[in-house]
Formats: sequence, structure tokens, C-alpha cells
Amino acid sequence: MLVINRIRNAAILSLRNAYIRNCLSNEIRAATNSTRTFSLGLALRQQDVVNVTFVRANGEKIKSSGKVGDSLLDVVVNNNVDLDGFGACEGTLTCSTCHLIFKEADYEKLPEKPGDEELDMLDLAYELTDTSRLGCQITLTKDMDGLEVQVPATINDARAA
Amino acid sequence: MTFPRNLLYSRLSSLNKYSRNVNTSAVRLQNVQQVTAKKRICIVGAGPAGFYAAQYLLKQLSDCTVDIVEKLPVPFGLVRFGVAPDHPEVKNVINTFTKTAENPRLRFFGNVSLGQDVSLQELRQRYHAVLLTYGADQDRELQLQNEEQKHVISARKFVAWYNGLPGAEQLQPDLSGRDVTIVGQGNVAMDVARMLLSPIDTLKATDTTEYALEALARSQVKRVHLVGRRGPLQAAFTIKELREMLKLPNVTTNWRADDFAGIAEQVEQLQRPRRRLTELMLKSLSEQSKRTATAVDGKQFLPIFLRAPKAISAKEIEFAVTQLQENAAVATDTTECLPADLILRSIGYKSSCADPAINFDPQRGHVRHDQGRVLKEGEGSSVEPGLYVAGWLGTGPTGVILTTMNGAFAVAKTICDDITANAFDTASTKPGFEVANQRIVTWDGWLRIDQHECEAGKAKGKLREKIVDVEQMLRIAGV
Repeated sequence: MLVINRIRNAAILSLRNAYIRNCLSNEIRAATNSTRTFSLGLALRQQDVVNVTFVRANGEKIKSSGKVGDSLLDVVVNNNVDLDGFGACEGTLTCSTCHLIFKEADYEKLPEKPGDEELDMLDLAYELTDTSRLGCQITLTKDMDGLEVQVPATINDARAA
Repeated sequence: MTFPRNLLYSRLSSLNKYSRNVNTSAVRLQNVQQVTAKKRICIVGAGPAGFYAAQYLLKQLSDCTVDIVEKLPVPFGLVRFGVAPDHPEVKNVINTFTKTAENPRLRFFGNVSLGQDVSLQELRQRYHAVLLTYGADQDRELQLQNEEQKHVISARKFVAWYNGLPGAEQLQPDLSGRDVTIVGQGNVAMDVARMLLSPIDTLKATDTTEYALEALARSQVKRVHLVGRRGPLQAAFTIKELREMLKLPNVTTNWRADDFAGIAEQVEQLQRPRRRLTELMLKSLSEQSKRTATAVDGKQFLPIFLRAPKAISAKEIEFAVTQLQENAAVATDTTECLPADLILRSIGYKSSCADPAINFDPQRGHVRHDQGRVLKEGEGSSVEPGLYVAGWLGTGPTGVILTTMNGAFAVAKTICDDITANAFDTASTKPGFEVANQRIVTWDGWLRIDQHECEAGKAKGKLREKIVDVEQMLRIAGV
């Protein structure tokens, strides 16, 4: 019985995988189509845009934006936001170079609390605060429009460490 | 669909108009550039410090060119040869470094060794500024008798062995015994312990060298002791590495309750990173009684605190029991012997002096400097104009990639500041590196090696199969 169940499960899984693969490739096609229009600034509906401001340690503000579902790391990468060394591990939770500091009220409103793995990485960051998060773990929602986050100083004298 | 295409077309045509304008000014710009001498900067060592410094310099100094000289035919230093194979995500920084290397103002010279193929003096004559970032390729010793015996090897060499550093394949560590004792508790020690205890199947998909996989598959190692001189509050490993160890399948972690006497009471006063690490150790300790009952024939990870190495013999290592006095470990008269079929020394790296002209501190194993500016030989604080150091060669072997990145950015900024302040000559014309009777691997050469390695890996279901032989690397690179 167990064996039969396993075989059945495997069959269901492979069917599902094939279905997902199909959907995915359709989606990719759709995505490439739409990105083509995105670049022309047409299809991006106003309500999907989330404006974000990055504030450097020296107070300089960098205004940028992403769409709902993007991570803050995506926003930096997609818009070429000028932050040296940001996102070294490319969002795989193995470095803390995308460390960002939130205002307390914004931090409390974030839909997901940091997991152990994120906190482990944050523990290695400079200027760690109680409202620190990794940008790669923050997914933009519509409520976040107008969000302002602080970027810790990248040029830190590490020799003292 | 036609609408956007039209738009695209009109945008392209306007771009053309624009670029025509750019073209004319670009010609003018080029003429200007030929008049003003380019600032030539040479970086020695293609590891993270070198690449991050190059990234910063190329961005901040639009009129500079950067040459990276590397001893090995292949780039990336400890990202390739240090980072554990089961941490492939950490190696994603290679993508950033590759972007830097593709900058037309950067040249890569692989297979060029400072002190052998080119002298520091020569480089300083050929460049306005030289930045040394060749890292730390030696390790600290225990200074004990019998340390040179075959069953005592350095963790650095063990890491180099499984990571395929040319020359390290000769190591052939003896993994036929049950007990391995690692002296030291840093992340290198943790990496080595994890490699020894991980199920072989999880390593097979990584870029662990084939000969190391074969040896690890035959390994009889069942218990890995990880011994530190100080207590749990001074543990040098980071929490990510510990959490990983605690999750390893078929491996039981056993702490010594005595090591944690009085620790729980201090947790509240600790800073967050230290507090979380200590809490994780205490939690694991409290769950211990349940674990030992379930896993009997699995492997064991045994962290041991407050023990300083004292004597090495054939099958064991003797430790002095220590006491903490103002954060330092002080040996008592009490001793303890631990079984050790293999001893791995993991108490830190140090750098070597590649060229006699470098102001090198042999005691500390790094270059003497002030804020990255290399100091002149002898007393006093005057600096060598145009000579800099960054990364572990300057700071000593501490910190994660973030630390090295920030340090390298800071030294690169110092170079920019010094140029602005005219602290060294940038007005004269400098020839840069010239190729003479030397088999040099360019960036394109590396890309050929890279492609070869990735394809060889793919055939075996691995991320990459590293080439270990320098001669073979050179052949594939086409030199």
C-alpha cells in the first residue's frame, strides 16, 4: 500500500511539476513582454508603484521606487541606486551588506518579523539597531509607499574591529 | 503591440541623435585624456580586498586605470579557496567582482608573483600608487613539541585541500581514526568540523575537489572536538555557523555543562550578537539529555571550553585547564587529555612577506601601516608615498567579507584623498605593467578556465570541478 501510495504521489508530483513548468514559461514570456512595455513606462499602473527613499549616513536622500512584491534589494539593483557593496550575496541571507535601519513606526508595521537566519546575519552588521532589517527580506506592499529607510555608513573603519 | 514598437523606434532615433552628439564630444574627451596623464594604480592580490578596492577606485577616479596582479592564474583569493564549498551563496560576490573586472579600465594579470616575477620597487616605478592586498597565506603555530608530526596539520591547509588550492592536493590528511581534535574555535575551525561531519551526499553537489570527496567518503571520523582556551562568552565562531552545525543530520552536539557554570546569569547584560549566540548554546545544552538518548551511532560534535594546548603525542593531545582572568585564559596545574587521531591547528592565519622591500612585522604577521598607508622602515610614523595595504595583509585575519569590504573601501578612499592632496606624484607618465617572457593569464584566460571548470562540474552534477594543477590552468587559459 505504501509503495503504491509513493508511486501515485510521485506521479502526481511530476504532473504538477510539468504543469508548473508550463505555467512558468508562459509567465516568463508574459513577463518579458511586459518588461518591454515597462521600459517604455506604459504598463506600470500607478497603484503598483511604491516610492522608497534611502537616506545615507550623511543625510543625503536618494529617491527611488519599486513595485509591489519587489524586495528593497530589488529596488536598489533595478534602479542602480548608488550604494557601494549593497547586496553582496544577492539576497541569499549569507551576508549583511543590505542592512537598513527603519523608523520605529515603520519597523513595527512590517508584515513579517525577522527570522533567526536574518537576525544571525544582522548580528554581524555595523551600527546594528533594534529597528535594523536586511533589505533583501523586506517585500514591498502598497502600504509602504513613501517609506524612508536609513543606510548605515558603508565606509567604516574596520581596522578597529 | 505596434504602438510601443513605434515608440521604441522613435526613442531609438532620438537616442541616435543624442549619441551622435556624444560621439563628437567623446573624441574631444579622448584627446584631452591623452594630454593629462592617467593615474595608474596597481593592486597586488585578486581577493575580496583587491576587488573591492578596485571597484571603489574605478568609480571615484574617472581618470585612473587599475591593474590587478595575482600570484595564481585564477582570481578571487579566499572566496575561491577559503569559503566553504557548502556555502555557495557566499561566493555570489564573484558576480560583483566580475563586473568590476569587465571595466575597460581594469586589467588582470594572473600568474604573476610579487617578489619573484616582479619586485615591489619595479611596481612602484611603473605605477603612481601600489596597493598590497595579497592576504594571509600562513598560519599561527601552537609552538609545541611534535607539532611537525604527520597527524598535526593546519586547518588552513585542510581548507586549501578541499578547496583545491594548487599544491594543497599533496596534503592527504589521515581520516582513518575516530577522533579529530581541532585547536581553536573560529569560523575556520567550524567550517572544517562541518566538512568532517557532513553527510557526504550533501557535499557531492558542491565544488569540493574530487580527491577530497573521495577521502571524505572513506573517512572513519566519528567525533570532532572543538577546543578553545577561553569560555563560552568568548567563543570566536559566529551564530550562523553554530546554527548550521546544530542542524546537521545525524550529528549530535554535546556541550560540557561545567563550561557553562555561571553563564546563564550573565546573558541579560550581553550585547545582542553575543547574547543571541550564548542563548543558542544554552538552549542546545538544555536539550542535550533528550538528544543523547536518540542518537547512539551517529557522529558527534564536541565543543570544549577553557582548555589550552600543552603537549602533543601520537594519539592524544594534552590540555591545561584554564581560568578566565580579565578575559584572558590563564593555565592552571590541572590537565586533561583528549583523544586525537588527527589534530587540526586553527588558531589564526598570518601573512608572509612577499618582497624584502615591504615594511613587514614578522611577529604580528602583517604590514606596518597607518590607516592603510604603509609606514617607512624604522621608527617614526612617516609613510611611503603611494604605497598602501588593505585586507588581511594589513588588518590581520579577522572578520567576514563585510569587514574586508568596508576596510578596502576605506583604504581606497584614503588613496583618493591623498591624490587630491597631492600626497604623491600623479603628474608624471607611468608605463604600467609590461609583459616580458611571462605566461600571463588575462581576464579572458580566466573566463576560459571558468568555463572549463563549470562544464567539468556539470558532467558530474557539481557546481564546478576546480582545476588544481597550475600547468593545466595555464594551458586552458591559452598561455
